[in-house]
Amino acid sequence: MSEPDALTLAVIQAGLQQVCNEMDIAFSRSAFSPVIAEADDRSDGIYGAEDGALIAQGELGLPVFVGTMAHSAAHLVRLIREGRVAKPEAGDIYIVNDPYLGGTHLMDVRFARPVFVEGPGGSSLFCWLQNTGHWPDIGGMVPGGFSAHATEVEQEGLRLPPVKLFKRGELDTEILAIIQSNIRVAEQRIGDIKAQAAALLVGEQRLREMLDRYGAATLNAAIVGIRARAAERMRAEIRRIPDGVYRSEAFVDSDGVVNQPLRIALAITKRGDRLTFDLSGSSPPCQGPMNSVWATTCSAIYLGVKHVFPYVPINAGTFEPLEVIRPEGTFLDARYPRPVSGCAAEVSQRIAEAVFLALAQAIPDELWAAPAGTSGNFALGGFDPARNAGYVMYQITGGGYGGNAGEDGLTNGCSTIGISKTAPVEVMEQYYPVLFRRFAIHEGSGGAGRRRGGFGVHYEVELLRGEAKASFVMDHGRFGPPGVLGGLPGAPNVVRLHRDGGTTVPEHLSKDQGLRLKAGDRVEVMTPGGGGYGDPGTRERALVARDVARGYYTRDQAERLFGPFA
Amino acid sequence: MSRRVAGIDVGGTFTDLLLQDADGTVRIAKVPTTSANQADGVLAAIEAAGGDPAALDLIIHGTTATTNAVLERKLAKVGLITTAGFRDVLELGRRTRPHPYGLTGSFEPLVPRELRREVVERMDARGNVLTPLDEAAVEREVRALLEAGCEALVIHFLHAYANPVHEQRAGEIARMIWPNPYVTLGHELLSEFREYERGTTASVNAAVQPVLDRYLHRLQAKLAEAGHRRDLLVMNGNGGTVPARLVAKEAAKTVMSGPASGVMAAAATLAQSGLSNAITYDMGGTSTDVALIAGGVPEVSAELSIAYGLPIHLPMVDVRTVGAGGGSIAGLDRAGMLRVGPESAGSMPGPICYGRGGTRPTITDANLVLGRLDPERLLAVKDPVPMARIRDAFAREIGDPLGLSVEQAAEAAIRLANVHMTGAIRMVSLSRGHDPRDFVLFAFGGAGPLHAVALAREIGIPEVLVPARPGLTNALGCLVADLRQDLVNTLNRGLDDIPEEEIATTLSAQRERGLTTVLAERGEVEEAVVLHSAEMQFRGQTHLIRVALPRPDVSRAEVQAAFEAAYFARFRIRMPEIRAVLVNLNTSVIGKRRPFSLAGLLPPGDGDALVGERAVYADGAWHQAKVWQRERLAPGARIAGPAILQQADATTVLEPGSEAVVDSIGNLRIRVRA
Repeated sequence: MSEPDALTLAVIQAGLQQVCNEMDIAFSRSAFSPVIAEADDRSDGIYGAEDGALIAQGELGLPVFVGTMAHSAAHLVRLIREGRVAKPEAGDIYIVNDPYLGGTHLMDVRFARPVFVEGPGGSSLFCWLQNTGHWPDIGGMVPGGFSAHATEVEQEGLRLPPVKLFKRGELDTEILAIIQSNIRVAEQRIGDIKAQAAALLVGEQRLREMLDRYGAATLNAAIVGIRARAAERMRAEIRRIPDGVYRSEAFVDSDGVVNQPLRIALAITKRGDRLTFDLSGSSPPCQGPMNSVWATTCSAIYLGVKHVFPYVPINAGTFEPLEVIRPEGTFLDARYPRPVSGCAAEVSQRIAEAVFLALAQAIPDELWAAPAGTSGNFALGGFDPARNAGYVMYQITGGGYGGNAGEDGLTNGCSTIGISKTAPVEVMEQYYPVLFRRFAIHEGSGGAGRRRGGFGVHYEVELLRGEAKASFVMDHGRFGPPGVLGGLPGAPNVVRLHRDGGTTVPEHLSKDQGLRLKAGDRVEVMTPGGGGYGDPGTRERALVARDVARGYYTRDQAERLFGPFA
Repeated sequence: MSRRVAGIDVGGTFTDLLLQDADGTVRIAKVPTTSANQADGVLAAIEAAGGDPAALDLIIHGTTATTNAVLERKLAKVGLITTAGFRDVLELGRRTRPHPYGLTGSFEPLVPRELRREVVERMDARGNVLTPLDEAAVEREVRALLEAGCEALVIHFLHAYANPVHEQRAGEIARMIWPNPYVTLGHELLSEFREYERGTTASVNAAVQPVLDRYLHRLQAKLAEAGHRRDLLVMNGNGGTVPARLVAKEAAKTVMSGPASGVMAAAATLAQSGLSNAITYDMGGTSTDVALIAGGVPEVSAELSIAYGLPIHLPMVDVRTVGAGGGSIAGLDRAGMLRVGPESAGSMPGPICYGRGGTRPTITDANLVLGRLDPERLLAVKDPVPMARIRDAFAREIGDPLGLSVEQAAEAAIRLANVHMTGAIRMVSLSRGHDPRDFVLFAFGGAGPLHAVALAREIGIPEVLVPARPGLTNALGCLVADLRQDLVNTLNRGLDDIPEEEIATTLSAQRERGLTTVLAERGEVEEAVVLHSAEMQFRGQTHLIRVALPRPDVSRAEVQAAFEAAYFARFRIRMPEIRAVLVNLNTSVIGKRRPFSLAGLLPPGDGDALVGERAVYADGAWHQAKVWQRERLAPGARIAGPAILQQADATTVLEPGSEAVVDSIGNLRIRVRA
């Protein structure tokens, strides 16, 4: 069938996008876990029947899933074709969380539902609807799944290959029972499972309206056309970048087991209308959970590019002009059984940072210095004697964004790969036996520059009752987020434990687990500031003076970083 | 009883007035808004309608004074006193960024850091005092803020919703020193948990209090000069009114009042037309406001934001703004894909037809090309419309590259704009579990009636209602609005843990507080209606569902059942496994005013309404469409599309296949072709 006219193409693109957006909304609004309902740690999309290629994805989804879900769909299609996974029937929903099959970490659980159309030759598969939701627990050695010390994936939790959780519309209670026997706070998961499945049903209903209106042939022809336009749009953006090779590096503090930094070495080659990403000089696979699987590494590059060119729509065509060379033999292409719990939240942000730092050399007017780039995961698990109940508390935090050509960086911006809000102090104190002593700006943390970085957060929390264990998976503790064009780095991440009148710092600075706390002990965290953009000496003096008046920097700090001011 | 009442709404461009005379006849006026001092425009509107301020019994007023102040950051200098360790809460927010993609954008809190002062005090989440209030520090910091030139003060302590004694005591100390009444206590405005949202709401209040107060004083002085010495009623964002002498205390409630009054007018119109479900659709130049009315009652939300980083968590009519309007720009992207928006020509330079230097084609321009709008009758334009330039722009930007005629290009732009708007309308209304076939599309605003019929068809809504005065709907909202007080208390505990007496006591106390305020206006209020509701969730969730409660002394079982039913209606999921949490108890006290009959809005038509014909392009072809003068149509008149219905304040387009009937109160009821 020939390509539909320009209007039909645009209308169908908007319609497919709308299907995905409505799935996103339906999932969040009915989900139980705050991590999905409030933090929107989920994504919904439509994928090709034959190859799992991305057709459309919700605009309200978590950025890190922008590339992973197509990988996951492609694996599912392949496994079905190879006869290793049962063939789809109407009403089925597959569940899978295997990181090595197009995933991230085990907590990100994918549901996939086939959509069939009736034709003259009988029923045929039209596409897949798929979503990913971050479950608050998936079993494993620490509550929440962010182990800092795991050395193999089995320690990180329950790993599911693609299996049918719903068969012809019916929930398989036997598989559900296996899952519930292997995860914590299992009774609430049924709420998330129903929400995740219901979102796909909403998507199918909306997609059927489009199928009824346009017919499968027109929709398919439009999908091909939309994909070609997205590719062309991305090529047009790329053509504006000067030809050349742009190199950058970024460092993960450590893998949580061996205390030495992991290096990400990136070379972006721009030639004509293509960008090639070469990570081959990066560190070898690591013992601890800071390995990244291939799907997540790709996705991190895609989301970095999407941040730079935010208006390009997302489908398989968008990423056609981007060639990512598979970095075999490095920690960015983890194979079974390497532990991977840190890849989605932390390593992916370092990869995106390398993309920003390389492109900042090529098109500096459109880029920014490095953002804080850590999700700031702090988990506290313990027993509250006053309520006679166990609990797991998660605190996530943002940090400063890098300065850019026109503005200072944002303060307490969300992680690069996320869009999730943090919980209010008043909510944390209602649910958990803790008291925040402060929740403040991390003073002095914004990297100096003509446009300075934004500031990180400085909080301090005290355990009020009982005993608990603290775990951390953060980053940028060793080096602060770099500046660009002469800007200075933002302040690094700091974790301190105040116990028994003494103060200690975790050996790996930003990663540790199982640190014992008792009532009266305190945990203090200072998250990174963003990097500075441009020479700090050229910053407008009135702005330096204003920043001092606001107490963002001390007078001495400001003179040292920015030079003399009135 | 014969009274003269005026509803006056000040919008961004026009100040609108509807004046009901003693004999029930209605006069209207539309004059330019005087942005330097809105009061001048108000007086001009009364004069334009031939009214005499001295002869008016009541003025009900909607103002954008506070909205503009926040959006343009022309605010009072505010100081904040807060719990030690937490002065940065207002600046840190909840870890967000302005856009999902792109790490740019910035945010300045309403109170700069040097004016945010800390004092030692601390409550826990249950309201127990952990550290007593350092009263000397309060006095010291209040004086310091006064010294620094602050005009308004916010006192905002952690967990004050659970126990307000520290805020109250600090307020007493501050009020002894502060030279004016502009002292806002966080819990008084909003007794709800979440320190950033409560603190920001309080800061917005403080920042607009002096602005609103000064404006209302100027207005009342002007009115007094002209002989009108009565108190005004002022429109709030909850769709109700408050006497002017009380409104500044809770000034933040006026910030989103403009869109709310349009929705209240829609609700009143629906009621008098025997309808109860509508999606309201108010399309303007740069944006479009959408709201849902189900069962005759506008949806209310306490989680709206006026701009990035500025949530105002007070109960308000749930109006959602979509960034698409007549000024949305149409064109091709770098890959040749047709696009409309998100770029907008705004009001400067505006669409090409404004003749203010705009060169890129917009939706308003497309309406002109297709004959849907009459170039001779554009409200905001004085010079002749440059039709040749508009046609050239459509050819250059869209038609030539795609091989389309100018008309095809313009129609494609409108079709795509409608698809985007359809999506946005679905997201804010129907995705909450409603069936479009149960609704009418209530179209108003300058551009709403232009697109409504096509939109309704796209969404699957069978009927469009265009009210008698689509361009004066906000002023009508003032005229029909009741007095209203909303009260909220946070419990945030499992329903099983809450004694039934506590629910009854809390709701009864709210009822008493609301009635005291509302019944103080005995002259205006015919009857007080009290509505109770609860906001609930299942344990572990964060989203709230609002559940109506029939009376204060409800049983827990009744509350549980009502919640489960509401949850199922929204999500089609039942959760017998999980406990329900009662987060907030709410009471709204509504002081019902005398009903206003809408039948007088249009003079009875003489039936001689056909004023001409013109060519209108639709569905790929030119049609000869009859042009009707809306005001002259008699009740019961039927008009078949394609047709244009023009009136002073709006143009309605009937697409081919649709049919309009004028009902007994002057509404156009349009049956949409499926």
